[in-house]
Amino acid sequence: MSTLTIIGVDGVVFAAWLFLISVGLTLIYGVLRILNIAHGSLYALGAYTGATLLLAYFRHDLWPLGSLAVLPLAALLVGVTAGPLIERGLLQRMYGRDEILQLLTTYALFLILEDVMKLVWGTSPYYAYRPYGLLGQVSLGGVVYPGYSFLLVGIAALTGAALWAFVNRSRFGRLVVAVIHDPEISVAMGVNLPRVYVVTFSLGAALAALGGAYTAPMIAIVPGIGVEVIVVAFAVVVVGGLGSLEGAALGALIVGVVRSAAVHLLPTLELFTIYLVMAGVLLLRPYGLLAGERVRRL
Amino acid sequence: MIRLLVEGDARPATAGWALVAAGIGAALALGWVLPRWLTFVVTQGLAKGLAVMGVVLLMRAGLVSFGQGLYYAGGAYAVGFAARLVGLREATGHAALGVAAGVLLGALVGVVVARYRSIFFAMLTLAFSMVLYGVLIKAYTVTGGSDGMPIPLPTLLGLPVPADRAGAIVYDVTIGCVALAVYVIARYLASPLGFLMRAIRDNEVRVQYLGGSVRRAIYRTYVLAAGLAALGGVLGAFNVGHIDPDLAYWTTSGEFVFVTLIGGLEGVGAPLGGAVAYELVKSYAFKYAPYAWEMVVGIAMLVIIFLFPEGVWVSLARRRRRTSP
Amino acid sequence: MSAAPLLEIENLTLRFGQVEAAAGESLVLMPGEFVGIIGPNGAGKTTLLNLITGYLRPESGSIRFQGRPIVGLPPEVITGLGIGRSFQVPQLFASLPVLENVLIALATPCGGDRDAWTPMVTPARERTARALLGQFGLQEWTERPAAELPEGGRKLLDVALAAALRPKLLLLDEPTSGVSAEDKYPLMDTLVAVLEREGVTTAFVEHDMDVVRRYARRVVVLSEGRIIADGPPARVLDDGRGRGFLGG
Repeated sequence: MSTLTIIGVDGVVFAAWLFLISVGLTLIYGVLRILNIAHGSLYALGAYTGATLLLAYFRHDLWPLGSLAVLPLAALLVGVTAGPLIERGLLQRMYGRDEILQLLTTYALFLILEDVMKLVWGTSPYYAYRPYGLLGQVSLGGVVYPGYSFLLVGIAALTGAALWAFVNRSRFGRLVVAVIHDPEISVAMGVNLPRVYVVTFSLGAALAALGGAYTAPMIAIVPGIGVEVIVVAFAVVVVGGLGSLEGAALGALIVGVVRSAAVHLLPTLELFTIYLVMAGVLLLRPYGLLAGERVRRL
Repeated sequence: MIRLLVEGDARPATAGWALVAAGIGAALALGWVLPRWLTFVVTQGLAKGLAVMGVVLLMRAGLVSFGQGLYYAGGAYAVGFAARLVGLREATGHAALGVAAGVLLGALVGVVVARYRSIFFAMLTLAFSMVLYGVLIKAYTVTGGSDGMPIPLPTLLGLPVPADRAGAIVYDVTIGCVALAVYVIARYLASPLGFLMRAIRDNEVRVQYLGGSVRRAIYRTYVLAAGLAALGGVLGAFNVGHIDPDLAYWTTSGEFVFVTLIGGLEGVGAPLGGAVAYELVKSYAFKYAPYAWEMVVGIAMLVIIFLFPEGVWVSLARRRRRTSP
Repeated sequence: MSAAPLLEIENLTLRFGQVEAAAGESLVLMPGEFVGIIGPNGAGKTTLLNLITGYLRPESGSIRFQGRPIVGLPPEVITGLGIGRSFQVPQLFASLPVLENVLIALATPCGGDRDAWTPMVTPARERTARALLGQFGLQEWTERPAAELPEGGRKLLDVALAAALRPKLLLLDEPTSGVSAEDKYPLMDTLVAVLEREGVTTAFVEHDMDVVRRYARRVVVLSEGRIIADGPPARVLDDGRGRGFLGG
């Protein structure tokens, strides 16, 4: 298989992961106009919860591949518990206030959640490799890939499709779009804004956790995995445009392919590729590729 | 000068230079009288306080930098590299080099971040500091990776520092550097640029229509903040005798932001004093609950945010500023 | 008296989607003029001010100030060249004391965005600031935050900030809008007194025809991005097209 194809495949695989860890962040920003810095913690929560559930699953003599179904369950758990708790308990009080205060609020939440996870799960690494190994390896054009990578691509595609259907086809999805475009008019038209907010935030939290859960079988789960994710997710989302779901997909794809190219062609740059892409995009389009126009009125 | 510390009002009319000199002298003398653990904590607090001052200067314009750790670590590692690669030992040389490194880094990063505000500014500063963290960890052959580097005892004005006196001497050097920094900050706060930052927070458009470049003002302040944080990093490096990548980690930057919230945006005394108080509290709390400290900081931040319903700096910046002598 | 034109605008065009905000505007302002700019809502009056001051960039056309082309320069540079501006909604530093607003206006043009060392508040500067506030009748408000000013006071401060720069050309965007009827003439009297004394060329956008008739010495009528009339108020306002814009 040619280098180009290898870069392409690797790029898509990495893009799938990037999409999964970023889409929740952009969804929450698009609807609530808050950049949830604690997004990284929700990801980590998903990873820890996923690992815990996996380890519990494997203590029983059950069908091994069934363990994969446990991962979305972990995401759901995080979404329905942490989601409303955070949105109702904390964020709701910050709506309409200075953007900086909202930033500081989610930052404080990040600090709190990082320690909460340390208190609950300790600082020793968690390992939950079995599902990863179960999917074995796949040979593509002479190159061997872990089967799990393609599962990730599938999950990302599924998630993207489900979100698209939700936003464009479901009734609630249309409410969400209305709120994204104009919260004030939506309220005037009778939209229950608080309900849209709590559902959207919980969905975003679940998505973050989903990313974490599916990452769990691939890594050693330790404190601190969240902060790398928030920074990377922000960069991806910025490339595509804050608040745009298509932007998250586009950003993930661009960053994924560029990083893949770097890994194969210029390995020393690998660490920086994502930021170089972000800087490059910002220079041309200060608010991302698909972001809406922000015209200042005088 | 006392008024400067309390209110941030640094007009020459109120400078009691004799009083200032006496104050500094007393502070220097204290270093030889106080117990070693206390001078250590105070030095640590003041070093971090310099980084906090940088956050304060930027927050006056409504910008939150979540990444001053970049420069704090930058200054510290400049010391480490200079000591290891060039064999530099002289403290004053290290301080100058550290500040230069911080200013250079800030000048580069500032080109990018000074174009942005609010969310973008905050997240970009966070990203940059985490990039440095990643580099410091990965380039372990040069930086010592997560183990970090030891910092040898410096010489002061050419004279070697005896190990048993090191604590007091580092403390004194810190007092001296902080005094110098406070002077620079005082002039900044009283200067057109200092006033302009407050104006920028209120109305950027008006600033432009007064002939002022908002980006230039932010850029200059950002570089100053970088230099201050780097100086703090140098002093912290000498104080601890060891540096590691955690200096660039997001939680270090978070500490600076937190102290800014408790100290407020007016004056110099509150941020510095707040930083020292924070170090004192942290040194106790960390011993008993190392895995709950960040949580305590986070909760405290939320409490502060909620206690000031009109907005943190509207309350913190109670402008009793009188503009007539 | 062949003085050089102060401002020459030639064939400015700008579209916002379907809307032609400027459709080939041309205008010449001579030093010392006091010009009123009128037209219905959406005619492009504020857009014209935005174009002149560099807040917006025209798609085509040229603008020369004192013979020097200024298209493409940002507002801070154009302000430095000598064009000051007030706004429909006064742009003030709301949380800062009124006196500080003016001090900053005085300090900023001379490298205020660069100077981090010399004291901003000097006795000379403070005297100038207080004198300026006195000219505008705001001396009672010096220590109060600008946010506390009544609407008329905010308008005056907005103009004072622009005037502090000693501009050669001053552009005022609806100086009397939002001001109560009985305060309009006193406000304009104050403005005119200061501006005439300083010899500042002034162009002001206005909806109140009485104000225009009384104070403008020349009237320019804008409609749909075009200048459709230009002349002494008596002629322009009493001819059909001008009368159609009563009340905007």
